[in-house]
Amino acid sequence: MTQETLLIGLAGVLAAAAPIVFAVLGETLSERAGVINLSMNGTILLSAMGGFAVAYNTDSLVLGFLAGMLIGALVALIVAFASITLNQSQVAVGFVLALTCRDLSYFLGSPYMNVPGPRLASMPIPILSDIPILGTLLFRQDAITYISFLAIILCWVWIYRTRPGLMLQGIGEKPAAAFIRGANVNLMRYVYTVIGGALIGLAGPAFSLGVRAGWMGTISGLDGFGWIALSITIFGGWNPARAAFGAYLFGLLQWLGLVLQPVLTQVPSQVLQVAPFPLMILTLLLVNIGNAEWVERTLAAMPERTRKFFAKLLRAMRASPPASLGVPFERD
Amino acid sequence: MHVELKNINKHFGKVHANKNINLTIPSGSIQGILGENGAGKSTLMKVLSGFIQADPGSEILLDGKPVKMNSPADAIQYGIGMLHQDPLDFPPMKVLDNFLLGIPGSFFPNRKEATQDFILLTQEYGFLLDPENYVDALTVGERQQLEIMRLIFLGVRLFILDEPTTGISASQKEKLFSTLKKFPEQAMTVIFVSHKLEDVESLCDRVAVLRAGELVGEVNPPYQTKKFVEMMFGKEVTLGDKQPTKIGDTVLAMNNVALEDARLKIKDINFEIHAGEVVGLAGMEGSGQDLFMRACAGLVRPVGGKIQLKGQDLSGKSYHTYKHAGVSFLPAARLEEALVPGLTLTDHFILAEQPKGIFIDKPAGEKLAEERIKSFNIRGTPLSNVESLSGGNQQRAELALLQDPLDLILLEHPTRGLDIESVIYIWNKLKERCKQNTSIIFISSDLEEILQYSDRVLVFFNGKISNPLDANKTNVKELGQLIGGKGWADEEGSHA
Amino acid sequence: MLKSRWSGLFFQLIALVLSLTVVSLILLSIGASPLNAFSNMLTGSVGSTRKIAEVLVSFVPLLLVTAGLLITFSAGLWNIGVEGQIVLGAIASVWVFRIFIDSTLPPSLIIFLSFLGGMFGGALWAALTGLLKTFGGVNEIFGGLGLNFVANALTLYLIFGAWKREGVASMSGTEPLPDSFSLDQLGELRISPTALIVAILAIVFVYFVLNGTYFGLKLKAVGKNFRAAYLLGIPTWQYSMYSFLICGALAGIAGAVQVAAVYHRLIPSISSGYGYLGLMVAMLINYQAIWAIPVAFFFAALNIGSIQLPIVMQLDSSLSGVLQGILVLFVLLVEGFRQKFIKRSSQT
Repeated sequence: MTQETLLIGLAGVLAAAAPIVFAVLGETLSERAGVINLSMNGTILLSAMGGFAVAYNTDSLVLGFLAGMLIGALVALIVAFASITLNQSQVAVGFVLALTCRDLSYFLGSPYMNVPGPRLASMPIPILSDIPILGTLLFRQDAITYISFLAIILCWVWIYRTRPGLMLQGIGEKPAAAFIRGANVNLMRYVYTVIGGALIGLAGPAFSLGVRAGWMGTISGLDGFGWIALSITIFGGWNPARAAFGAYLFGLLQWLGLVLQPVLTQVPSQVLQVAPFPLMILTLLLVNIGNAEWVERTLAAMPERTRKFFAKLLRAMRASPPASLGVPFERD
Repeated sequence: MHVELKNINKHFGKVHANKNINLTIPSGSIQGILGENGAGKSTLMKVLSGFIQADPGSEILLDGKPVKMNSPADAIQYGIGMLHQDPLDFPPMKVLDNFLLGIPGSFFPNRKEATQDFILLTQEYGFLLDPENYVDALTVGERQQLEIMRLIFLGVRLFILDEPTTGISASQKEKLFSTLKKFPEQAMTVIFVSHKLEDVESLCDRVAVLRAGELVGEVNPPYQTKKFVEMMFGKEVTLGDKQPTKIGDTVLAMNNVALEDARLKIKDINFEIHAGEVVGLAGMEGSGQDLFMRACAGLVRPVGGKIQLKGQDLSGKSYHTYKHAGVSFLPAARLEEALVPGLTLTDHFILAEQPKGIFIDKPAGEKLAEERIKSFNIRGTPLSNVESLSGGNQQRAELALLQDPLDLILLEHPTRGLDIESVIYIWNKLKERCKQNTSIIFISSDLEEILQYSDRVLVFFNGKISNPLDANKTNVKELGQLIGGKGWADEEGSHA
Repeated sequence: MLKSRWSGLFFQLIALVLSLTVVSLILLSIGASPLNAFSNMLTGSVGSTRKIAEVLVSFVPLLLVTAGLLITFSAGLWNIGVEGQIVLGAIASVWVFRIFIDSTLPPSLIIFLSFLGGMFGGALWAALTGLLKTFGGVNEIFGGLGLNFVANALTLYLIFGAWKREGVASMSGTEPLPDSFSLDQLGELRISPTALIVAILAIVFVYFVLNGTYFGLKLKAVGKNFRAAYLLGIPTWQYSMYSFLICGALAGIAGAVQVAAVYHRLIPSISSGYGYLGLMVAMLINYQAIWAIPVAFFFAALNIGSIQLPIVMQLDSSLSGVLQGILVLFVLLVEGFRQKFIKRSSQT
């Protein structure tokens, strides 16, 4: 493989991961505020279908993407309303929406099956695209991929570098403490769930108008990405940068599966494509095992030095969720 | 800041937590608020700090002007800040982020400037806090200092401190007090809420005492400990006749046991309880008695020493081993730890029988439930869900769940929140158990209950345990002083 | 008034009406007649004996899965990994068939063994979720989802690798099993009476476990209050594991039924989404086993009734899923409103 094809392949990985990046960023924002949006798998499908339909009918890619965001925001609003206002289980409502939105997308999308529609063209950025290596890798992408790069940076800066972002961290961690510092906890939970939902909704058109252009119903192969994105959010430890890294890692593994296919002829290609999924579980295990009770007990029984070593190792891998994730807030 | 509280009333449902409280706190003074658990201190402070709203008709005047506060953020606007007993901060975040959070300012906080502000402030007050450290690596005392810095930076002029000396070291306490004593010079007012007599005496210009939701009086220096105890716990009552207990064999023995949790360390516990004996544990909440009791139940693993039940070594064994060996634990949080909401009384009785076999004998279960409901005078039916019962009936149900025979019953606040009839009933039932050689250890914040029903009393203070006191020879005054941290000179170590 | 059983039923009726309204609006928005669609679904599901038999074919695995999920829900667990447990049940049962493919044992015995294999496979997969939760700190939702993907990957690997058809491996699945390995059929109808009986026995079994045994009572205690259950002397995490094993075994039987009674081979997505649908049924019946049979039948009827929609009305058959989902969603929302009203009226 020449350097050029390798670079183009990697650039393809970055583009192919863009939808997942949006999804994990959206979920990260929502969970940072304390709300699990489990509807993600359905939301992505419905917004992929809706975004494609709108873009097809209006011939406007921008409107297609906006429609996807609107769909995501509305679904998230249902999750927020049911869990924050009606005190119902976030998991139950999110799960039902995941299935309902999926079926709704197949139902409403049938007229658009296999219809050729608009798709994003790549948009090399002048000058920057001529930079050796980085130019090919980063600056010969389509618009939505550039936006995905920006979104990672924006989310990271928002959470870790701005005043409202600091408060967001606080709301997810200890709502009562955020409340005495002036936060309207439940309102903010609504806001971040809906914004997070809009980002998740961007993932749909990023598929159907970008990397997997068109709408193909059940055979689109989009079913399942939402569940993957949920796992990547945990892997990302609720940090946008680490979550995006997880999304790229996942994309890279899938790409490697394709590249290695000619080499590993005895392994069926269909298997290589799903190979990243088992790896996701393994990473989940590594990330979570530090939270298990027996680990703490075992650590406590170890001699001082071994204990310190393992504790350090676990802390580096571990991701602890925002302490109030899924817990309703009521002042007194 | 001059603070006036006028006719403060607060109801929680039927509970009247604050009754018509009137209190004036002059600017630049340190006001102490003293009272036992449940006296209404926290409610009053939550009202003053905007966390909750008092009933209509209550008035708060700051520097003569009436104010209305709907949230803690409003209170901060008026210059009122509160230091909560469990620090309301964000442990996984950095000190600097904790400091910045909630402080208004530019969209992108200037971290460099904030670091400088923070360091200057800590230097001014002589605290040593690294802004880049994580809060979960700090001690409770340091977290408190961080909160003080934050509140000062926000321009707070009335400081409310809720039990600030719990869980901090002696030197941190000294530092805290010297800091607070400087506040009046800057016209800042301090409200110091505590149950620790010594702290209140050494710090406060004036002390208001609350009992059962009412302001019972205000005291100016020089203080008399005796007076405080009397005001806090009420007049001493003459106790009914107690029957002398026949002391039997040793049931539970602790040898050099050491216990630890995040806040407290208790060392060298040596303690024995005998068959048929009742031991009361006194002390303010979080002084170590809960840790002690959970160790007796096998829920907390001792970090050192030996626990034996009737000669059998149980140290390090699981709760279920203790349970099978004849130890029963009734936690205070009835619906959280003791009972299963959603299951009926019959379900509970069936579960508690530790059943063998496969199929539930429903008629037998209901018959059992009916018997127990009758003999324990529970107001409910065999098919009532436990959460639909009143607190007193839940407590009776907990007792009715106890196996027979048992060696040791451990009770956390067995009669808290119950009417007098239930209290007497429950203790009669417990005393019957004692006659069958069961021993009892119980925690209570009601000193009269402790004196009335215990044979011996252990007092806990900050992880220290007193020598066992003969309940017939001690009194409310002595216990009150020990609970408040006085008279411990000859009690060094914890050879209970 | 709001607390009574009748008001609960009344509110569920409201939910039903609301969800039918919303689905009608969706249909109207794409220019289809709601009445036409609903009547087509009705005739398509219970219009003839043959159709009813089809509904029962779908009803059997759904009821088996729902029965299993009632056990895990009782233990307070969200066993979303049930899909993978069905798949592993199917894989294990095909494996048993392959082992005995040339055997001279009576076919009915081999089918019985394949069911046992299915139970074992499903239980094993569920146990993995349980172990991940108990000893790995991985929430059962995420562990289960991940294992669903692994189960699908395993299916694909078998279809395209180890068990591939001679010459042409394709998405149509492995080599069909001999006819002798098929479950009995009711005359010309596709429904297998044995499978139906097994499913009914399963739900009856679960009903009695949950309502008549010490085991079920302890399971409920663990599910409703883990901490108090422990203090009452119940070995809590062990009970969580038992519930996973039972649910996995029942889901595994569903997988075995899919093989022996429906597909007669291993195909991709052999679980047909019954796992997720079972979760919805369990939520809709508010975890009461007694309602499982009618509601599972209703959901199965919707599934079968919608099959002819593409031919008759050019509508996608996923309408059934939309209707099921919106119904459950409204039941949840309406329940939320009811609780809010109860709370408010008890405060004043």
